[in-house]
Amino acid sequence: MQDQAEQHQLENFSLYGKTTPQQGLYVPQAERDSCGTGLIANLKNEPSHQLVKDALTMLANMEHRGACGYEANTGDGAGILLQTPHRLFFAEAGRLGFRLPPLGHYGVGMLFLPKEKELQQRCLDKLKEVIANREFELLGIRPVPVNNDGLGKSAISTEPDMVQVFVKHKDGLSGMKLERKLYILRKNAARLVHREMPFELHDLFYFASFSYKTIVYKGQLTTWQLRNYFLDLQDENMESAIALIHSRFSTNTVPKWKLAQPFRYIAHNGEINTITGNVNWWKSREKDLVSEHFNDEEIDSLKPVTGYQLSDSGYFDNALEFLVMGGRSVPHTMMMMIPEAWEMDERMEDYKRAFYEYHENLVEPWDGPAAICFTNGNLVGATLDRNGLRPARYCLTNDDRLILASEAGALPVDQSIVIKKGRLQPGKMLIADLDEKYIYADEEVKKIICKKLPYRAWLNKYRLTMKDLVARETPEKSKLTLLQKQRLFGYSREDIKVLLQPMAAEGKDPIGSMGSDTPLAVLSHRPQHLANYFKQLFAQVTNPPIDPIRERSVMSLSMRLAGCGNMLTMGLEHARFIRINQPLLNNEEIAKIKNIYHPHFKVESLDITFPADYSPGDLEKRLGEVCEQAEAFARTGHNILILSDKKAGPNRAPIPSLLATGAVHHHLTRTNLRVATSLVIEAGDVFETHHFATLIGFGATAVHPYVALESVKEMAAEQKMNLNGSYQGVTEKFSVKNYTKAVGGGLLKIMSKNGISTLQSYQGAQIFEILGIRREVVDKCFTGAISRIEGIGFDEMAKEVLDKHYQVNWHPTTENSHPQPSDLDVGGLFQWKRKGEYHLFNPQSIHLLQYSTRRNDYKAFKKYTKIINEQSERACTLRGLLDFKTQQPIPLHEVEPVENILKRFATGAMSFGSISHEAHSTLAIAMNRIGAKSNSGEGGEDPIRFEKKPNGDWERSAIKQVASGRFGVTSYYLTNADELQIKMAQGAKPGEGGQLPGHKVDNWIARVRHSTPGVGLISPPPHHDIYSIEDLAQLIFDLKNANRQARINVKLVSKAGVGVIASGVAKAHADVILIAGHDGGTGASPLTSVRHAGLPWELGVAESHQTLVKNKLRDRVVLQADGQMRTGKDIAVAALLGAEEWGVATAALVVEGCILMRKCHLNTCPVGIATQDPELRKRFDADPQHIVNFFTFLAQDLREIMASLGFRTVNEMIGKTDRLKIKPLTGHPKYKHLDLSPLLHQEPADEAVGQYKMVEQDHGLENILDWRLLNLAKGAIRHRNHMESILPIKNVDRAVGTLLSNEITKKYGAEGLLEGSLYFRFRGSAGQSFGAFGVRGIHFVLEGESNDYFGKGLSGGRLIVVPDRETNPLHFIPAENTIIGNVALFGATSGEVFIRGIAGERFAVRNSGANAVVEGVGDHGCEYMTGGCVVVLGETGKNFAAGMSGGMAFIFDPENNFERNCNLQMVDLDPLDKKDLEAVRKLVRDHFRYTGSNLALSILNDWRKQQQYFIKVMPKDFKRVLKEQQSDFQQPEAGAIQETTISQ
Amino acid sequence: MGHPKGFLQHTRELPPSRPPAERVNDYEEIYVEFPVEKTQEQAARCMDCGVPFCHSGCPLGNIIPEFNDAVYRNDWKEATDILLETNNFPEFTGRICPAPCESACVLGINQPPVAIEHIEKTIAETAFEKGYIQPRPPQQRTGKKVAVVGSGPAGLAAAAQLNEAGHQVIVYERNDRIGGLLRYGIPDFKLEKWVVDRRIEIMQEEGVVFKTNANVGENIDPGELVSENDAVLLCGGATIPRDLPLPGRKLKGVHFAMDFLEKNNRHVAGDKNAAAQLISAKNKHVVVIGGGDTGSDCVGTSNRHGAASITQIELLAKPPAQRHEDTPWPLWPMMLRNSSSHEEGCDRQWAQLTKAFIGDDNGHLKALRITDIQWQKKDDGSHGFEEVPGTERDIPCDLALLAVGFVRPQFEGMLEQLGIAVDQRGNVADENYRTNHEKIFTAGDMRRGQSLVVWAIAEGREAAHAVCNFLSSH
Repeated sequence: MQDQAEQHQLENFSLYGKTTPQQGLYVPQAERDSCGTGLIANLKNEPSHQLVKDALTMLANMEHRGACGYEANTGDGAGILLQTPHRLFFAEAGRLGFRLPPLGHYGVGMLFLPKEKELQQRCLDKLKEVIANREFELLGIRPVPVNNDGLGKSAISTEPDMVQVFVKHKDGLSGMKLERKLYILRKNAARLVHREMPFELHDLFYFASFSYKTIVYKGQLTTWQLRNYFLDLQDENMESAIALIHSRFSTNTVPKWKLAQPFRYIAHNGEINTITGNVNWWKSREKDLVSEHFNDEEIDSLKPVTGYQLSDSGYFDNALEFLVMGGRSVPHTMMMMIPEAWEMDERMEDYKRAFYEYHENLVEPWDGPAAICFTNGNLVGATLDRNGLRPARYCLTNDDRLILASEAGALPVDQSIVIKKGRLQPGKMLIADLDEKYIYADEEVKKIICKKLPYRAWLNKYRLTMKDLVARETPEKSKLTLLQKQRLFGYSREDIKVLLQPMAAEGKDPIGSMGSDTPLAVLSHRPQHLANYFKQLFAQVTNPPIDPIRERSVMSLSMRLAGCGNMLTMGLEHARFIRINQPLLNNEEIAKIKNIYHPHFKVESLDITFPADYSPGDLEKRLGEVCEQAEAFARTGHNILILSDKKAGPNRAPIPSLLATGAVHHHLTRTNLRVATSLVIEAGDVFETHHFATLIGFGATAVHPYVALESVKEMAAEQKMNLNGSYQGVTEKFSVKNYTKAVGGGLLKIMSKNGISTLQSYQGAQIFEILGIRREVVDKCFTGAISRIEGIGFDEMAKEVLDKHYQVNWHPTTENSHPQPSDLDVGGLFQWKRKGEYHLFNPQSIHLLQYSTRRNDYKAFKKYTKIINEQSERACTLRGLLDFKTQQPIPLHEVEPVENILKRFATGAMSFGSISHEAHSTLAIAMNRIGAKSNSGEGGEDPIRFEKKPNGDWERSAIKQVASGRFGVTSYYLTNADELQIKMAQGAKPGEGGQLPGHKVDNWIARVRHSTPGVGLISPPPHHDIYSIEDLAQLIFDLKNANRQARINVKLVSKAGVGVIASGVAKAHADVILIAGHDGGTGASPLTSVRHAGLPWELGVAESHQTLVKNKLRDRVVLQADGQMRTGKDIAVAALLGAEEWGVATAALVVEGCILMRKCHLNTCPVGIATQDPELRKRFDADPQHIVNFFTFLAQDLREIMASLGFRTVNEMIGKTDRLKIKPLTGHPKYKHLDLSPLLHQEPADEAVGQYKMVEQDHGLENILDWRLLNLAKGAIRHRNHMESILPIKNVDRAVGTLLSNEITKKYGAEGLLEGSLYFRFRGSAGQSFGAFGVRGIHFVLEGESNDYFGKGLSGGRLIVVPDRETNPLHFIPAENTIIGNVALFGATSGEVFIRGIAGERFAVRNSGANAVVEGVGDHGCEYMTGGCVVVLGETGKNFAAGMSGGMAFIFDPENNFERNCNLQMVDLDPLDKKDLEAVRKLVRDHFRYTGSNLALSILNDWRKQQQYFIKVMPKDFKRVLKEQQSDFQQPEAGAIQETTISQ
Repeated sequence: MGHPKGFLQHTRELPPSRPPAERVNDYEEIYVEFPVEKTQEQAARCMDCGVPFCHSGCPLGNIIPEFNDAVYRNDWKEATDILLETNNFPEFTGRICPAPCESACVLGINQPPVAIEHIEKTIAETAFEKGYIQPRPPQQRTGKKVAVVGSGPAGLAAAAQLNEAGHQVIVYERNDRIGGLLRYGIPDFKLEKWVVDRRIEIMQEEGVVFKTNANVGENIDPGELVSENDAVLLCGGATIPRDLPLPGRKLKGVHFAMDFLEKNNRHVAGDKNAAAQLISAKNKHVVVIGGGDTGSDCVGTSNRHGAASITQIELLAKPPAQRHEDTPWPLWPMMLRNSSSHEEGCDRQWAQLTKAFIGDDNGHLKALRITDIQWQKKDDGSHGFEEVPGTERDIPCDLALLAVGFVRPQFEGMLEQLGIAVDQRGNVADENYRTNHEKIFTAGDMRRGQSLVVWAIAEGREAAHAVCNFLSSH
């Protein structure tokens, strides 16, 4: 039995509830890591020391994928997992005086112990006790010999003692039986020892492994320290046939030895996005566990299976281990936990589909980017998640080695023995069975596993769908009128018109512009929807968002109703569920569910209303009753519970459905009943997508939004729908269908923002931060969700409901009364309304800002700041609640001058395309005049702006943005910048991509973006070269190579955990980190994102500053803040919270004349700002001087505050939160429970820890290969002539050619050199970003192979890759082997590429001008491509040409396989015309010429016949535009290609 | 919203008015019919701004973008509902409002603004035509009684609101007809009186009781009024006109504008003795002193009388033809405004100071002594003027009409008897529309001083709201 304290601990279990005590805003649970990983296996299972050595070499060659903290000699963690080195241990045991039984008959535990001797002894005593109790014999304890010379201070400060514990079971068990007992021993020992220690010391007693087969050596080390640290690893007796390695890049630097990888089974590169949900669901499932392999006592002693205080990978490992111990094989378990994308894949074999569908009822996917290497000691393998966003390259040699790693070439191999080079593909697995001495390919292994049991038959027999259910009755008619219900549930006119109407008419989420300037829900005086207190989190840096439209094929909205039982069984009982295709139930569907009559399903409804009589405590009391009822029903086998507020009426008010759902979900979780039942919500207060997302995120399976459906139908009936400009034609049925589609699309978007693919794993994942709800409510109803500033409690929630309840006209006057629109609230969120929600930018403030800056009237400006700042009565922002503690003021003249302060300003990133040239260049001129920085935004910048004007004005934006679309990001663009900003997210729509519709792409924009006028452009949600933190480090490195004078700025959006991300970014060597607020945003975004995603910058800046100081990284970076900065006070608050530079966008636009039309997306801006319409642009009438006035006023305003606070310089103020105080919060009863003290927390740090940017980052450019290239090419560059050179290359040589290109650009601008001038021949394995931003004139031949991001941003250069000359042509067919990595030619604008071999996933993604020939590509080839020409002479993976709007691709497809692999949403497959054939033939000829490809030769030799096998992939948009052009100019179609290809 | 690009496709267009030469012969409305499609086009110009300055600029807070959209979509019912939500009498404001909404219209930054007032009037008239505006008596009565004193726009708006809330409302009007300034201040050519009558009838059918010739403080005992009602709302207007105490003020032929207009309105209404009472401008040299709206009503009326000449003089300098830079958008622009009355003929002079009324031997006015002045900005930022030496002159004048505003409400009588406190300017002092007397509220010009009809309606509505709150808490 567990004791009381432990029981308590378990009850309060939340994933993060028990971590380091939280101080300030730092969110420990947000810690993330990512990394490099790999494995080596000897297929003959012959252990050797050489293999261990090789593995360590491979690890050291991936050092750049790991990271170190503020100390160069403290790594984030590195480790290696090996087979038990019996020979070594046997010898060591002998030396220590004990004798080991034969291998396989003893277990060895790798144990971390506290350094403190007495404590250590206590741990060991306890351990011995457990060993004895568990019927083991302790054979001996061996101190692990280590050498900590050269370790960093912080690593040493937490270094544990390590011992190896050798045990033997008293019954002489061996094999799996022994392994299970060791598992129990380990779990018990940890538990019992931990019980005797204070919580914070738990990390000090930790088993890295305890197995008879494997052992793990790991620690807080760098990759090159690992071998030196563990003397065992240097011992010749250290032999293994398997090695798993891992190098960690953690976002934080708080040392944690135990979080180094590998864990006991896996090494993981990536991140599990759904971890909160996974762990919670897992916990719920533990109740029912019964196993043939463990008795009940043993099972109980294993709980909690997932443990505490681990990383996402650690939890995954624990869950996997348990399932494996429970009887499933490792590959089987992998397939359960990380299933392939099967739903939309109709070509997948049925047995596999059945396997996945069946297992979904057992465990929801652990979703997120993952490349996982795993082993159990004799079986070794690796798998990729469904998106395949992490690289895993492998090679097989003829000496029976399998080598797999995040990078090709990490272990240099004699090329003559290579027989296969490949990569893991999305969702695929590779297994080497050392017992069988056999390598299983994906298909093979899965077929065996899937066919083991009759999953399909079970499903057919038991699984139900909506179609199988019968509707016996129609839903009961409500006694209330629609208007009453709308009023009761808080619908405003705006909600109906702005939100519901477009959803019902067009099936789309509505779009809006210009961010949000309304109060946070907790600050608003108007009753709020509870969901408004929940802010959606989103993927940023550590994991990539997904594109829910173009990559829909990997996503799923299906859900399952009914409970699930013991997950250790593998029988037909798990096939008993009802499958629904998406979570929104219409009237008919809810009726079907309510009336289920079936032995397997028991349904019950719970009333979620409370008495509307205003007694305090009513809501909470009723909530408690509902939970009790739910528990009782669940105990009695009711496996579908419907929470319904339909009983609401004059005397009963509805409990917010989200509150009820969370309460019941967590109550059932706490009582271990959660998985026994599923929750269906029938609620009137659910209408926008965000409402659905919160419900599902807190546990709901399906939702019936009955008032929303009725509203939508009424609109259709009254013909108020706008469908394609007409107001008729949307029928009721169509409207419901559309609405459902819109909700589904919206949910996909919200999930995809987090990189989550399936709704099932989103369910219960709680991916929100709560802003403004009291701790007691959160603990009860939203357990474990992040909430940092407290806020409203149950009674305040009740009041918000009752306020709406009160507004209902319960006894409406009859017939002849007008149904007045006034019966619904005006809203005022999306449009300022006098009686609506408060806006900071309102008629008065807009007027005063424009008036004061245009007339240079500082007095009027102070009037403006007064109305913005004085928010004590009506607070709108968190900073509105703050005031300064003035003390020891100094005279104003002692404060640093305005000119100094002006340099710290930047304008926000607004792209040319979103705003007009006039608006853009006026900002740039103004900012250049005052020495501040304007921002190009994404989408390039017209080079005409790079030159100064005769009057000295300069239209060049100092900051050039690098966004996910990479439009116009050339070497020339990058070179012309003082700062390069990587936009990881934007405030208005973090985690989302964008789209510039074709009609906005005029000639000018097209030229700047290197695309075709009239052709729409898509910015993907992720940067396809940043799926993880180490990728960001790589991009920073690339950009630093491309312009080493420029600061590298990484733009993040505030969210819980942004501080940890900022630390990671600082460790990735950014110079500036920008924290943007959620409310900013000048472009068009989905309204749900504008309002519900991201957090105020106050939280983000404070958290980032605190976390950076905590990690001693603050002095390496400039911290910048932006998001609706309006006044000197805003700036001062930002500085005191930690930001030394500031961005202003919206206010600057208002100065330019913006009147917050909020129609930027319509191209109709009446003041000529957010438009490209030439007529409207003429209406722009701002002068740069107005902007100069504005920033001068801001600086002046700030100086006055500084004087009052006694600060002479801005640097002095940074992070001085003690000079801020919280205003007495009297404005509204809701304010009284707010607790802003975490915001004002000051991280304790000694004097030496810098509080603002003081030291330069080490970008690691000293020893790069490019210096040699530059040296060799010096003369040729100067004299513009030809040179040739030959060099070796290794995978650590990254971004080769980028710095060289920068030097050429500096000298010759966009022109570059003559084609082919600089001829370099490299031999070996090139590191990432080979040839990135390579300019015209470079001609690189790579003999060997290349890694990811090959030819990124290619700007005119030529890159050629061929296999190593030593590869044996008998074994190694180039066209069958992977020779370059993922995401080649990302954002290339011109140049050419010839690859003799296969490229990985996403070849030529967002290419807009380069031409390429390749002999095969992976999935998502030519995604988002907008220009250029790609010839594929071999197979393509799935989803080819998704989002491709321009350029052309030609596929050589003699087997006629291509069509099914092509995403035909945006492209046609056409035959080639004569000109196409000529162009293709020319390219294939060049391919042969440059690479000597046999394949090319055979095609050319038989051209007459082979030419018919080419298929042209032609974007529809592009075709249309070309046709239009043709009629205009008689331009030949293929002219575009010829022009760039044949400039030989 | 209307059409997203409507403002690029259409320009501002208003219904044409009848030729001045024709319309000066009658008192009927000057505008001619306008096809409904054209009004829809005008509505399509609305940009449905994110920050609708029009909505902010309108004292009533009319939700202008919403009704424009409804009009564009040809949904007049919805437009009516939206309009009536904030405005009880769009048929009045649609005719006589100076439309601060239009000067705040965002389109007005660089284009002619949306024709909001015209659209409003069209909605109102269409609503009457189609029967959307019907008497809507409350279904339940609260049993509370409220007396409203004064039947001008403030009193009427308050009465309508209070009645809708279920209170029994009696409106006391000291004049012989209901309507206050709407009735007797504004000439028919701007607001035909059937428009007022139509509204009064609806209100009567809704249950509002109107008592005319009921002068509280004279023939109605204020004390009783207070004791017999649960609340009293005073909307008596700012009726005391500003005088020009100059030499010759007593001469025959010097009149307050309001006397002139009221008598004319009675005449037009066909009152029995009105002809005799009429202050006629026929064949006279008329000088209107004061350049505001009342002045221009005097001009229009004098033209209809057949004046020999009409001169309008204004103390302030001639404003610029365009917005003055001191009053940029969205402020109410200081600029030259030409009313329809000016189109009908009038000599306008600015920066003129009246020095004296010159009479003939019979005590009849015969000339006006005026002088040019020069306005200057003083060091303290205020503006002041000086006479321009040598410009003093007499201009012929048989009829001088003083249209220089109103100073305050009438204190004598009702206010005095009730002991109502007034502020420094003489207006009734209040706190959220409640006077120093617990049960007595006030609204309109009586509270805020002379102002626009639209402000009066807004005040009436707000005061009614305050009264309702008061009644529900008692």
